[in-house]
Amino acid sequence: MRLERRETASRTALVLAPLAAIGVTLLVCALLVAWAGAPVGRTYLLLLEGGFGSRFALTETLTRATPLILTGLAVAVAFRARLFNIGAEGQFYAGALAAVAVGGLHQGTGFGLPDSLLYGLMVLAAMGAGALLLIVPAWLKTRLAVDEVVTTLLLNFVALLFVSAMLDGPMKDPTALGWPQSVAIKPELEFGRLLERSRLHSGFLWAIGAALVLQWINRATALGFEMSAVGSNPRAASFLGMRVSAVMLKTAVISGALAGLAGAAEVAGRTGYVTLDMSPGYGYTGIVIAMLAGLSPLRVVVAAIFVAGILVGADSMSRVVGVPNYIADVIVAVSLLTMLVASLLVQYRLRPSRPTGT
Amino acid sequence: MMPDLLDTLGTATFWVAVLRIATPLILGTMGVLLCERAGVLNLGIEGIMVAGAFSGWFVVFVGNDLWVGVAAAALVGAAFGLLHGWLTVTLALSQHVSGLGITLFATSLSYYSYRVLFPKVSSPPTITPFGEMHGWLDSVPVVGPVLAALTPLTLLALAVAPVLAWLLNRTPAGLALRAVGENPAAAESAGISVGAVRIAAIAAGSALMGVAGAFLTTAAFNAFFFNMVNGRGWVCVALVVFGSWRPGKALLGALLFGFFDALQLRLAQSAGDVLPYQFWLMLPFVLSILALIAVSRKAAYPQALMKPWRKGER
Amino acid sequence: MQTEPVLRLQGVTKRFGALLANDDISLSLHAGEVLALLGENGAGKSTLVSILFGHYVADAGTVEAFGKRLPPGDTRAALAAGIGMVHQHFTLAENLTVLENVMLGLEPLWRLRSRRQAVREQLLRAASAYGLQVDPAARVASLSVGERQRVEILKALVRGSRILILDEPTAVLTPQESESLFMTLEKFTASGLALVFISHKLDEVMRVSDRIVVLKHGRMVLQARTADATKASLAEAMVGNLAQPAPSTAAPIAGGPAGQPLIELERVSMTRPGHAALRDVSLAVLPGEILAIAGVAGNGQQSLARLLSGELAPQHGRLRVGGKRLPVGARHWIDAGVARIPEDRLETGVIGDASLADNAAAHRLRDPAMLRGGWLARRLGVLDRDRIRSEADRIVRSFDVRHVSLSQPIRTLSGGNVQKFIVGRELAREPAVIVANQPTWGLDIGAVAFVHQQLMQARRRGAAVLLISEDLEEIFAIADRIAVMYDGRLSAGMPTAQWDAARIGLAMAGDSPAATPATMGQGMQGTEGIGT
Repeated sequence: MRLERRETASRTALVLAPLAAIGVTLLVCALLVAWAGAPVGRTYLLLLEGGFGSRFALTETLTRATPLILTGLAVAVAFRARLFNIGAEGQFYAGALAAVAVGGLHQGTGFGLPDSLLYGLMVLAAMGAGALLLIVPAWLKTRLAVDEVVTTLLLNFVALLFVSAMLDGPMKDPTALGWPQSVAIKPELEFGRLLERSRLHSGFLWAIGAALVLQWINRATALGFEMSAVGSNPRAASFLGMRVSAVMLKTAVISGALAGLAGAAEVAGRTGYVTLDMSPGYGYTGIVIAMLAGLSPLRVVVAAIFVAGILVGADSMSRVVGVPNYIADVIVAVSLLTMLVASLLVQYRLRPSRPTGT
Repeated sequence: MMPDLLDTLGTATFWVAVLRIATPLILGTMGVLLCERAGVLNLGIEGIMVAGAFSGWFVVFVGNDLWVGVAAAALVGAAFGLLHGWLTVTLALSQHVSGLGITLFATSLSYYSYRVLFPKVSSPPTITPFGEMHGWLDSVPVVGPVLAALTPLTLLALAVAPVLAWLLNRTPAGLALRAVGENPAAAESAGISVGAVRIAAIAAGSALMGVAGAFLTTAAFNAFFFNMVNGRGWVCVALVVFGSWRPGKALLGALLFGFFDALQLRLAQSAGDVLPYQFWLMLPFVLSILALIAVSRKAAYPQALMKPWRKGER
Repeated sequence: MQTEPVLRLQGVTKRFGALLANDDISLSLHAGEVLALLGENGAGKSTLVSILFGHYVADAGTVEAFGKRLPPGDTRAALAAGIGMVHQHFTLAENLTVLENVMLGLEPLWRLRSRRQAVREQLLRAASAYGLQVDPAARVASLSVGERQRVEILKALVRGSRILILDEPTAVLTPQESESLFMTLEKFTASGLALVFISHKLDEVMRVSDRIVVLKHGRMVLQARTADATKASLAEAMVGNLAQPAPSTAAPIAGGPAGQPLIELERVSMTRPGHAALRDVSLAVLPGEILAIAGVAGNGQQSLARLLSGELAPQHGRLRVGGKRLPVGARHWIDAGVARIPEDRLETGVIGDASLADNAAAHRLRDPAMLRGGWLARRLGVLDRDRIRSEADRIVRSFDVRHVSLSQPIRTLSGGNVQKFIVGRELAREPAVIVANQPTWGLDIGAVAFVHQQLMQARRRGAAVLLISEDLEEIFAIADRIAVMYDGRLSAGMPTAQWDAARIGLAMAGDSPAATPATMGQGMQGTEGIGT
């Protein structure tokens, strides 16, 4: 068998591909559920219910989805320009730290600034910190052709260690006992609750807003087109007068800022302070979400809610039928791999290979 | 602080700790190195190490010899490696996405399996791990006390680096592997199957990664914990770059990392430090980035790394 | 010379889709003989040797080496039969040593011990036997081009090749390096090797070969002993029957080309590693004329094209457009109004995945004409999609681009329509300077005629057009003046009427016309002719 490129992306394949991917995923995971000794159908149902079946479930899912939407967007915008940002995790923490620095280091004085201004500065600082962390690898890529996959990956550790050092020292919360955690954000600066008796906070609105803005940038602006052009054909983009390096750097700023904003949203909306285990891998999950969404901003929202729903649903499902909640991560992982393969069938068709040569 | 430091460096236990910390890094780094020299980035290492840790430990837990467990871990690693090879070489899909997908898949599958097999455990079940070697090693001058306190897998790791260097540089298979990572067209013209060599390299490298994970559960500790691997896989990816894709230098890098890691543990125990220990831990990563910059200028990396090869394309 | 041929091709035919690359080719080669394969690019030489070497499978015909039929498409069998190829673009791994490159593939992979010493000795023996100096331990990356070629050759020799195919071996060599290559080749033939020498350079072919085969459009049009051939007859065979140039369908500009040159190169030199250099190139194109640059590919045309599209800067000499020096960078050239039609339409000329509509504006995304009005919208770069669509609409209408919808990705269009679109986009604003690089390759007759018409109309408007082309018929059909590129140098640009098939064939193969350089337009002093 060999792959032969199609002239036009097959319409039917475009629809069938994700369905086939989901189908294979459900099948593989059904085997795993059966191995755990639980009824497959009921398990999947409980999963859905646990993620989407009640007001509580929905609010939990959307809360969980908030940072995922933002890191998903961060990765999507970067990957679209062929800037492989594996560093969203570190940019997340950088943003969280910056948010706490602006929002909490003043020991209640607020630096003498009104809350509304401080709020804006806090968000900007978070976005700036995330952007800064990605600009360095991006610059190295454009100037010295240094591979950004490894540099962004390494900076994750550097960022985390830096946060750890800050939590042990200058930004330590003096009142906390035991685990290192940072000073807390001034309560007035927190992202407000959207619904009472839920953890859903206005960070979710920031996330949706960011998705809409990104969608608009992609569709309606010159930069949006440039990012896509540079990602799909840098040679032609350069020939047509686009400044490829500048586009890459602008992409890095947007991507890093989004990941930093994710950190701010978690700190200001959910936890109130920074800890070393704040993120169960949001930055990496963001990559999965971006791929599942085909790098499109609006689909990132859908994918993030889907993944969040599964993660939340798995917890409650697990309590009922006893299937370990790690099944959620397996479902997400297998979806990613199957989507990857399925996307191939959109671009290529299978043909029996000819005996020799071309 | 200085006298404390010298004291620490003088003890055998310190160097034993260095080697113990470095072992999974050495094995994992050699695994990544094999893949990358053949032109394929394997970001699945973090997950493969988890899978190796789990499967190695579990095989021993159900009543097999420790070495059988290690072999099982190697096989599991190779299996994930073949998956990565199928996705990236046969189907020529994105190496980044495939690798990260496999990390997620292997990790979650391992955690899930552990929970299914051991649903209600308050503390993780244990096995009897590899013991210290001792025997005739005790009598070796100077390094004797250190060597004797090591476990067999550590010695294996130390041996892997020179063996790998010899395989890569002195055998026809090694030459073929390097050629495939430098100029696949040249290899194909010489009658070598680029796809087959790449997949074999990925499988072998992933087997090493599996063994790296198994070390954690069969030697360093005696049980399987969540978050056991804790980023070691990514460190290996960095160490390959730090070592300029050469086994000898990569080994040194791993030892250096182990040195700093062991040091900061000791220093944290003793009193006041000039710089927070985190900055020492950052050093290997920063140095790796600098090494990457230096290497990019000289193009000393495998030239076909991450470029998918389609047969017949010239 | 033995009587039994060491290599025999019979009736070899190969098609790529509609293109007949090799048409019933039969020839033979004897030990100690050098056979030259002469022809322009696209004549079928590369395809033929690829079939010999097993990279392609022929549709018909057989290949026999040393009397035994070769299995088609099997490189290993070709190697085992004693055929060795020295590629035009070397297949060497730069980070490996000379010895390692030579050893690649020599030994079975399961062997643990490598016979390094033995191969090393073999290498040094072959090297000294033929005077090819080489250091087995040197990294290929540190070698010069001439040295790398030696390694390519030694690779074949160490494998015991008795038939050596050399594909345009002097393409990237200095004259001295070429000389030592020729001496090496003499040693080869003296020891009984048979050589196939592919080239488009007449001087070399005359010097090195015993017999010559000329290919044109896939067919063998001439086979002769070198002693019996003349340069003129070879050149004419290569270039073929050029019909009397058809009169232009569009009248030239009234009064002929006049005024200050809009494109000027003055003694421009540029070297790029791995590419043919430009040596001392001068030319001028006046408003209202089409200057064509003829020549076999690989003589510097690509460097010239990249220079003239603003992507590179000359290392020596001066380049002026519209009388001014333009800074390097496609952006500046586009903003200055230079229309550029690139050689590689899908790879360079358009963003394949983007729609037709978007591609209409791709080269001037920040142009206020493409953006929504209002200060903020301009700053943010908000595209005026309606304007862009109407621009795209205008292009597809005026230039007859067959499409289904303006929203379809442009790579789904046929090659001809993509090219028409590119031409339309570039000519839409009636530019004064047009640089067209192989604008009609791979196009059907209708599209070719269309492009020619557009270029001639532009000329009539007073534009200066520089055309780089490998298609002589095209050149003779529309150009006012023709200059020939050979080995990085540009001949004088003479009016089309002063060129004929023989003369241009000779120029393309390295033999400059004896005529004095005719007028080059105002502003240029005595121009360099071709150095041979």
